[in-house]
Amino acid sequence: MTKKQINNILIWIGAIFLILLIMTPGLWVVITAFRPQVDIMAKPAVWIPRNLSFNQFETMLFGGSEGSMGRSPVPVLSYLRNSLIISIVSTSVAVFIGTLGGYAFARHEFKGKNSYFFLIMLTRAIPGISLSLPIFILFSKLGIIDTHFGIIIVFVALNVPFTIWLTDGFFRQIPRAMSEVAMTDGCTRLQAFWHIELPLSKSGIASAGIFAFLISWNEFALVSNLARSTDSKTLTVGLMDFTSQFTINWPGMCALAVFIIIPALILTFMVQKHLVSGLTFGGVKG
Amino acid sequence: MKKFLNGPWVLILPTIIVLTCVVFLPLLISLWTSFTPFKLTKPDTLYRFVGFRNYERLIGDYDFWVAFGRTVLFLTIALNLELVFGLGIALLINKITYAQKTLRTLMMFPMMFSPILVGFQWKYIFNDNIGLLNNFLREFGVINPIPWLVDATLANISIMAAEIWSSTSVFAILLLAGLMGIPKDPIEAAKVDGCNSWQVFKNITLPFLMPFIFIAMTIRSLDVARAYDIVQMMTGGGPAKRTELLWTLISRTGYVDAKMGMANAMSYISIFLSIAFTFFFFYKLMEARKILSYD
Repeated sequence: MTKKQINNILIWIGAIFLILLIMTPGLWVVITAFRPQVDIMAKPAVWIPRNLSFNQFETMLFGGSEGSMGRSPVPVLSYLRNSLIISIVSTSVAVFIGTLGGYAFARHEFKGKNSYFFLIMLTRAIPGISLSLPIFILFSKLGIIDTHFGIIIVFVALNVPFTIWLTDGFFRQIPRAMSEVAMTDGCTRLQAFWHIELPLSKSGIASAGIFAFLISWNEFALVSNLARSTDSKTLTVGLMDFTSQFTINWPGMCALAVFIIIPALILTFMVQKHLVSGLTFGGVKG
Repeated sequence: MKKFLNGPWVLILPTIIVLTCVVFLPLLISLWTSFTPFKLTKPDTLYRFVGFRNYERLIGDYDFWVAFGRTVLFLTIALNLELVFGLGIALLINKITYAQKTLRTLMMFPMMFSPILVGFQWKYIFNDNIGLLNNFLREFGVINPIPWLVDATLANISIMAAEIWSSTSVFAILLLAGLMGIPKDPIEAAKVDGCNSWQVFKNITLPFLMPFIFIAMTIRSLDVARAYDIVQMMTGGGPAKRTELLWTLISRTGYVDAKMGMANAMSYISIFLSIAFTFFFFYKLMEARKILSYD
């Protein structure tokens, strides 16, 4: 064997080790979701599942079959509904507002532009838990604690900066000349934006939307303190319902975890191309 | 009016309104609250001004400074290891020609996980009774279960492992993008002139990667507080506050002990810490971008 071949083999061993390290924790959770409780608790460990069951999912979604654990103690369907409503509405609003902002930063020159951009980004740096304290106080006074509306506006604010960052990059890739021609032909700035730049950056904006959705879908620190009941608790917060002081319902939690990860998985695969170019200001070929 | 409609401010206005309502105004409330002895159980205390009393108490609070120090130490170690591992992974994948795209996609896997899920899956792996790790070790004769999340040192290491697992891929993906963009000519020329691989890496690859390292650091510094979700899930700050980070301490003080005034004072300090991190890396990024002139 040549030195090059040995090198290649070493590189692949490294890569396979890496893939194992990355995939194992998630896969183990998925497998556990389909295993009976006895197998999970077994000692010595049962590595190859002897039989698979959908009990956890049945209990979670339909309240369980007769004679099993009875009705699901965790109202997963309500949480799912809350998660969907909150994520979809906040994403739509954030993308709308953020796209306008991104366009302003990409196409207009004004005094202190970089500082404003930085200030908007900086709002993202505030730890969720720190921000949740005053929002909790404010929302309690306004009576919008534990409501969809309250959490949605918080998520909009959470997602706008990042949407501006991404769309700013996408608009910069479109040659200025195109809208300038339209404007000399009598379009206003807004009309030029609407008819020329917006259609051209559609896919970029769509991926910004998916990012915003994922951030909302995955958020925990803020919602866990602003949501108090089934009225507004989301799936990520619901995950905590499976733990009590002394016991943890492992298979139930795993089933819910699978539930949370699947949409995230699909959406991330859809935007992975834009991920890199978006994050590096569109400065690199992906 | 026409000038306003054609200008940038009409476009930025909605952003300003939203951020004012949800970020800037609450930050003012938070600032005010940090000067009061506000307790959730006694609503009237919100209007009693006590000056810097909360801050003075924090300065002498041992638990607070331990959590503060642990947070800074945790972030320093985690970010550095993530950078080193991320760079290693990027260099490795860059060397692979077969199925490189697939590998890159697989690397993104941890980025899809909500931090609370990251916390959960590692809590499950590190569980001393039924966890994957102890089950695995038992096959190799380690009969006594290792108390990963019960022992203070091990718990900190376990949390660090979860944190690194979840965030290394951000570095790997961005640095890989940087590596792929490096022009081949200077590297070939250097090799012809007799540079070894380390010299090529140090003098050509690394300087070119610098902006990408800062982009990754900036993005990462924006969400360092995600560690709250992970810790909250894995140990809740325990055992006996040995894994307490600034953010879990804030949450406990504010919501469990209901001492909102004190919690807000703490959170101001945590906000400054986060902003300092971000500011530093963003500044570096802007400098690096100027050098490569992407604009």
